[in-house]
Amino acid sequence: MSEIFDVAVIGGGMVGSAIAYGCAIRGARTVLLDGADGSLRAARGNFGLVWSQGKGARMPAYAAWTRASLDRWTAFSEAMGSAAGQEIGYRRTGGLDFCLGDEDFQERTEEVRRLHNLVAGGPEIQMLDRAELRALLPNTPFGPNVTGASLMPDDGHANPLLLLRGLHAGLHRAGAEHRPGIAVDSIVATDGAFLITGPTGQTRAHRVVVASGLGTPRLAAQIGIEIPMRAVKGQNMVTERLPPLLPMPASALRQTAEGVIQIGVTSEEGETRTATSVNHLARMATRAVEVLPVLKQARIVRAWAAMRPMTPDGYPAYAQSALYPGAFAAVCHSGVTLSAIHASVLAEAILAGALPAEMADMHPARFEGRTDVQAH
Amino acid sequence: MFKRTEAAGTPFAFTFDGQEVAAREGDSIAGALLAAGIVITRTTPVGQAPRGPFCMMGACFDCLAEVDGIGGVQTCLVPARPGMVVQRQIGVRDLDEADAA
Ligand SMILES: Cc1cc2nc3c(=O)[nH]c(=O)nc-3n(C[C@H](O)[C@H](O)[C@H](O)COP(=O)(O)OP(=O)(O)OC[C@H]3O[C@@H](n4cnc5c(N)ncnc54)[C@H](O)[C@@H]3O)c2cc1C
Ligand code: FES
Repeated sequence: MSEIFDVAVIGGGMVGSAIAYGCAIRGARTVLLDGADGSLRAARGNFGLVWSQGKGARMPAYAAWTRASLDRWTAFSEAMGSAAGQEIGYRRTGGLDFCLGDEDFQERTEEVRRLHNLVAGGPEIQMLDRAELRALLPNTPFGPNVTGASLMPDDGHANPLLLLRGLHAGLHRAGAEHRPGIAVDSIVATDGAFLITGPTGQTRAHRVVVASGLGTPRLAAQIGIEIPMRAVKGQNMVTERLPPLLPMPASALRQTAEGVIQIGVTSEEGETRTATSVNHLARMATRAVEVLPVLKQARIVRAWAAMRPMTPDGYPAYAQSALYPGAFAAVCHSGVTLSAIHASVLAEAILAGALPAEMADMHPARFEGRTDVQAH
Repeated sequence: MFKRTEAAGTPFAFTFDGQEVAAREGDSIAGALLAAGIVITRTTPVGQAPRGPFCMMGACFDCLAEVDGIGGVQTCLVPARPGMVVQRQIGVRDLDEADAA
């Protein structure tokens, strides 16, 4: 039979690609098996924030994990740019979350107080009132209802499609194989290797990583890892290229390096189709115009929706199988933000055969017996 | 060079960068410009490369120009009208500052 890879990663989205890239550049013989063009792929439809603001309020380990990924992002984005053949648009400018109206401002101020010192020694989230916001961004034409914003100093954004291209080009350059169009059906532990079967054939590997986004629960169950998940739909739209308006990305509103304004984003539960809907897009546009009234002149050139892979508490799930050591599962929301740490710490841990203690709280064992699927 | 296949429609004129363009009723702005030999309606925001009408059906956004003071207009989708003032759009379009707060 064919060769035995060191690592087979199932799922070529944001999480699987980062893991496969990280394994490949560390010298492991790696294969990345990815699903069909029609599958649900958040990696190709997300908002592109590299973001820590507000993350991990109820799970300090996740807040620290996010912080550790951000700390790696500058060097990581350079590696991605060199692999992709063009820089991936990473801007570590600080990230905003705007407040509209006084009540919103009061509530956010409270929240920011609670989030104080979330990661010991890390940068602190700050609350800006309208005057401070205008002093920070004097050339941004804010609407009258913008009462302030919370600011996280080294949050930022990147072009998520170029990031994905960088990961794929990088793993290819490091000698890994990328096999798209292969929706894996089964994983079986055989003597000395895992046997992975899809419609077009079989792959064997000493380690297997299920990182299949919304396809994860079915495959992870086969290696004895239970991860309940649901899809949360998010709609996006982009304008034509515009003059510089917003030098810092914000939650649901950012201007790309090329001048496009991206407007997000819904969180819709119970949806099965990735169609956009005018009522949601109109609400998103209304909010964007409230923040930046000049946007009412802008033309929308494209809108789309994608499904977020979501665990019951919204936090990541990482596990090695107790039944089949060498078999792992990894899923998360915020896979763009976490790609830098997936490509380093997580890939190293998979090669070493043990997940480090800092990841223990993110084990899916925490979902055992849970039937609710609350948003985070 | 483009040639009209039909001579139907009442003739009228509008201007492109101040120059008179002969159009016919039923022309899109882009159609009239092409018939008049004008193939560049804008330059790109990042690389300043020339662009002009390409798909003629609203998909490519290459035909953008400033029409009666409004930038970013897809000229292939807008009917030409007598007296319109069309301008080549250089780089990124302008936004009307009146909307700033
Ligand atoms: C609208 C929206 C906005 C977002 N904004 C942000 C943001 O601003 N910042 C951020 O950090 N994150 C953001 N995210 C989240 C981020 O996109 C996801 O966390 C990330 O893409 C998840 O990566 P994944 O690899 O788990 O899943 P995906 O990226 O969805 O990839 C899963 C892959 O697995 C493959 N697959 C599935 N089943 C199989 C199978 N049986 N065999 C082989 N392959 C299979 C699929 O084909 C797919 O390619 C956003 C998501 C959405 C939808
Ligand atoms: S020519 Fe393509 S959009 Fe107008």
